Amino acid sequence: MAASHFLSAASLDHVVLERGEVANSWRRERWESLRLLTPNWQSRLPGVSYDGPDPDGYMAAGEVAELIERFAKVARAPVRTSVNVTSVRRADGGYQVTTSDGDLASLAVVIASGACNRPTVPSLAGAVPGPVAQLTPFDYRDPSQLPDGGVLVVGASATGVQLAAEIQRSGRPVTLSVGEHVRLPRTYRGRDVLWWMDRAGVWDQRHDELDDLTRARKLPSPQLVGTPERLTLDLNALAGLGVELVGRLQMVRNGSALFSGGLRNVFSLADLKMNRLLEAFDEWAATTGAGAVTAAPERFAPTRVPPSPRWQIDLTSGEIRSIVWATGFRPDYGWLDVPVLDAKGQLRHEGGVVDSPGLYALGLPVLRRRRSTFICGIEDDAREVIGHLARTLGNG
Amino acid sequence: MTTVDNGVNVEALLGAREVLKGAPEAAAFTWRASSKWAHGVQSQVKIQNYFGLGEEQSHKSESVFDADHPEIFAATDNAITPIEYLLVGLASCLTAGVASVAQNRGIQLRSVEANLEGAHDIRGILGADSDVRNGFNDIKVTFSIDADASKEEIEALVAQSQKRSAVFDALTNPTNVTVEVA
Repeated sequence: MAASHFLSAASLDHVVLERGEVANSWRRERWESLRLLTPNWQSRLPGVSYDGPDPDGYMAAGEVAELIERFAKVARAPVRTSVNVTSVRRADGGYQVTTSDGDLASLAVVIASGACNRPTVPSLAGAVPGPVAQLTPFDYRDPSQLPDGGVLVVGASATGVQLAAEIQRSGRPVTLSVGEHVRLPRTYRGRDVLWWMDRAGVWDQRHDELDDLTRARKLPSPQLVGTPERLTLDLNALAGLGVELVGRLQMVRNGSALFSGGLRNVFSLADLKMNRLLEAFDEWAATTGAGAVTAAPERFAPTRVPPSPRWQIDLTSGEIRSIVWATGFRPDYGWLDVPVLDAKGQLRHEGGVVDSPGLYALGLPVLRRRRSTFICGIEDDAREVIGHLARTLGNG
Repeated sequence: MTTVDNGVNVEALLGAREVLKGAPEAAAFTWRASSKWAHGVQSQVKIQNYFGLGEEQSHKSESVFDADHPEIFAATDNAITPIEYLLVGLASCLTAGVASVAQNRGIQLRSVEANLEGAHDIRGILGADSDVRNGFNDIKVTFSIDADASKEEIEALVAQSQKRSAVFDALTNPTNVTVEVA
């Protein structure tokens, strides 16, 4: 849709293909309580920004769908809904696009299907004993779907911590398996932590300036939740709710889940990284004078290590009735018949310019800069990527 | 600006990382040890050859390790106990990691010392209580590091060395072990 905005501005004839309806994944593939991690004022798209009464609030999934729909109207995007793309292949200096509604020939294709088309479930799920129910975030709507009794939530990114909290509150005791994670407070010095990311320049770091781009693109989403109270949902908060923390799930052997004994170190890594980030915010505030519009610097208690974290749970004992795999998402490029994927199944691209002439990507993590991961990153990315596309077509 | 030198060739390691990204076969190593029963509960283990970078490799010389059990186990105590070798491995692996990460981050080390304690309930190995495991219940490593760095930077060195440690991983995570009779 953002691509369409800039394609129209460049008077380039185009069509936007949507497999379902506009903002499909926000309507159908997310859990009930989901809200955006970014505050409303950051949810801006080219020509459309939040104008409601609560700029510091967080949109529910339905509101995001409305925003995108409004954007589609404002941008007068030529959207064709309920058209499923089944193949894209190179043909005659351009691309042959096969869809559920006929074929299209195109000089250029912009892949905007996102990074979260399928939930990732580790192969060890196959060894989980049959009576234990297994769900992914695509299956999960709310806690009432789960059997009564213990729930093992695997993964402590935004998805994992949010689901762990609401399932624990539903009366089902939650055990949360924690690997490497990104800890952030919801607010820092009285401002949303994403205000700091935005203003202090963290999100402006370009993809070609990062030490380890692969790592940045694989980074789990931060432990944040958007609630009216602007609560922090870190591991200390979850432990306070009664959630039991265990190490990364490493293996299921003889019906037992085995967890890493390295839990303390993933806590240390996350605490150290959070503190380095807060120090960078403080330095930025001191240098720019922004400290005047914020409260005083603060530091948060280290993640509390449970006295003796369990490294083994017998999944046949009945203690755990269900497992929720909050182990991330992956893109689905099953329809892409152009050899542009790396060995790990990720698209090979340089800031959205894919390794095949006329093929582009938008809406992937750290596509061109850290901001690319968030809704507010799309405007600059789309302008630059479509700029490249327009120049290439112009020269051709 | 003074040059940081912890004696670690970080350029070579980073170079290897880049090369091996595209050559997983060369990254497949096999480490080997050969043991021989001496007498009683004492044995001797020798290590010299290993496989890596696609071919047989050899240490500059053979290393010989004796293992025995203490007198309070009614043994001869001619050498350390096998489980103590795990502490040897963990301490040396984490220390190597600290030195490498410090070199990479431009931190000059002056001294790195670690004390390790492994809590072990020996009722497990004696078969006195089937609920007690055979191995360590808990291992505690305490580093004392003197370096040109802040407390947080030193903590980050130690955290990163755990993140990249072979022995830390081998001890904290399950591993399939196959023991056969030839």
